[in-house]
Amino acid sequence: MRLRMPFGRKPNEFPSHLWTQCPSCNEMLFNKQLARNLNVCTKCEHHFRLGARERIELLVDKGSFHEQDAALTSGDPLGFTDSKPYPERVAAAQTKSGEKDAIITGEATIGDNPVILAVMDFEFMGGSMGAVVGEKITRAAERALAERRALVIVSASGGARMQEGTIALMQMAKILGALARLDQARLPYVSVITDPTTGGVLASYASLGDIIVAEPGALIRFSGERVTSGTVGEKLPTGFGKAEFLLERGFLDQIVPRPQLRERIGFFLTAFRAASQDLRWSL
Amino acid sequence: MLDRITGTKRTVEGNGHLPVDANLITEPAQLVSRVSAWEAVQAARNIQRPHTLDVIGRVFDRFNELHGDRGFRDDPAIVGGIADLDGRPVVIVGEQKGASTEENIARNFGMPHPEGYRKAMRLYRLAEKFHLPLITFIDTPGAYPGPEGEERGQAEAIAQSILLMARLQTPIIVVILGEGGSGGALALGVGDVVLALQNAIYSVISPEGCAAILWRSPAEAERAAKAMRLSGPDLLELGVVDALIPEPPGGAHTDHAATAAAIRTALAAQLAKLERVPAADLMSARYERFRAFGALEEPGVTAPPPAPDSWWRRIVKRAGS
Repeated sequence: MRLRMPFGRKPNEFPSHLWTQCPSCNEMLFNKQLARNLNVCTKCEHHFRLGARERIELLVDKGSFHEQDAALTSGDPLGFTDSKPYPERVAAAQTKSGEKDAIITGEATIGDNPVILAVMDFEFMGGSMGAVVGEKITRAAERALAERRALVIVSASGGARMQEGTIALMQMAKILGALARLDQARLPYVSVITDPTTGGVLASYASLGDIIVAEPGALIRFSGERVTSGTVGEKLPTGFGKAEFLLERGFLDQIVPRPQLRERIGFFLTAFRAASQDLRWSL
Repeated sequence: MLDRITGTKRTVEGNGHLPVDANLITEPAQLVSRVSAWEAVQAARNIQRPHTLDVIGRVFDRFNELHGDRGFRDDPAIVGGIADLDGRPVVIVGEQKGASTEENIARNFGMPHPEGYRKAMRLYRLAEKFHLPLITFIDTPGAYPGPEGEERGQAEAIAQSILLMARLQTPIIVVILGEGGSGGALALGVGDVVLALQNAIYSVISPEGCAAILWRSPAEAERAAKAMRLSGPDLLELGVVDALIPEPPGGAHTDHAATAAAIRTALAAQLAKLERVPAADLMSARYERFRAFGALEEPGVTAPPPAPDSWWRRIVKRAGS
């Protein structure tokens, strides 16, 4: 006969495929309930990271999203190898995630406003920006310009993809060239910064929106801690570079909790459209 | 079947951004010998290498330095001003390293703070307003990554600089003198023509930083440097730079005067060409130059669109018709 302990947890009481512990308040959260709550802790509202597909679903008007440029995949401009060749790393990430690269783009409406939406996914190689991310965002901006739609980019990225070297760096200039044209055409660009956004993505499109909002608690920093401590030999205090810090320092318009994002973006886009004389953008 | 939209090799002849000049290296084959990636890193960081103010003093006449970002302070890691090149006024902005430890401490080792980039942007706008060509010199390990930079918006300052250069309605020539460290370099690096000294380097992250992340050890920096293809000939093959300016035998640090003379010849020749290009052509050529970067595969999409003519070829065609 098995001895049963009436109190105290059995080791497998919270198997990880069913339960997740909130890193902020230590509450054990039932995975299904967590997902239903948009990956936000039901007790303390800690924002867990969210995949690009789930993110799109919560941001756009129901059923309005149509993906574009879905087939684009990365080449290997440098023939890069660290512990394994770069194409193998990409292939492994593709198998693991079922996505082609770290971003999904397409057209949609948000609060009945026509937009081109680009959403990054941190799960794919740390959301790193290589030529695929660069090309898809550039095409998104060019399409927004051609069809006179607003552009919305949701960032989640460790920065430029080192395995593509200077070609990854050049994506920053490529994207910003397209954003400059969008700006000159007076089309709105909303940047949504989510956890974590650092490096070359923060130092390019994420920091340039007409409106820049971030999710609560998101890590938003130019240089990663490992780079900083390696280069400057200076340890940064904890909590430094969170969304709340950036809001206080004047680099964000607002911090918006995840459930309110769609409505808030819709509000700004509608406001920008109100006085516009342009046909499509005043529809 | 996979169609290659863009090949990995974009020679200068292939991308057509620049006509071949006698005094510039536009094909890696023109180099008699190639140094290793790590040797290039050492050469680019050599403290005796000519730095921005040294080059400005030898290349231009009547340099007048302009200080400050009009908001916070004057960042000593970025210098700028107005000077004459062959009797023609130009605006100059460059990153400044020191030639000694003391100088380097004063210059923050050439690592600009956000206010440095904001000073640069002020000078970019000045160049545009008075139709003066802009010449930038890149020489930085990277933008300063410390907490002061973070809280004053290092990322925002870099992003705005890149955006401004992309839309600036005046000719821009970029010269990479030594180290081109990532976004901190690109903030001065969006030009119509991008040149580099033969032993200069340009990379998305320092070899040490790359090694720390991918190999989890800064000691692997030498391997990282090789893998990142950051040396002059590599950059030429990738199309990141349009041409290399030859250095004296033994390297730029052995003969500052000869190095400056080569830079001067290159700048004068490029400027003479760029000034004949109408502003609209210049803007679309600059857009296309950076638009073309990236090795991609896109199944299901047929033949790649024909590459648009460079501004230079368009000018030649127009002159011929």
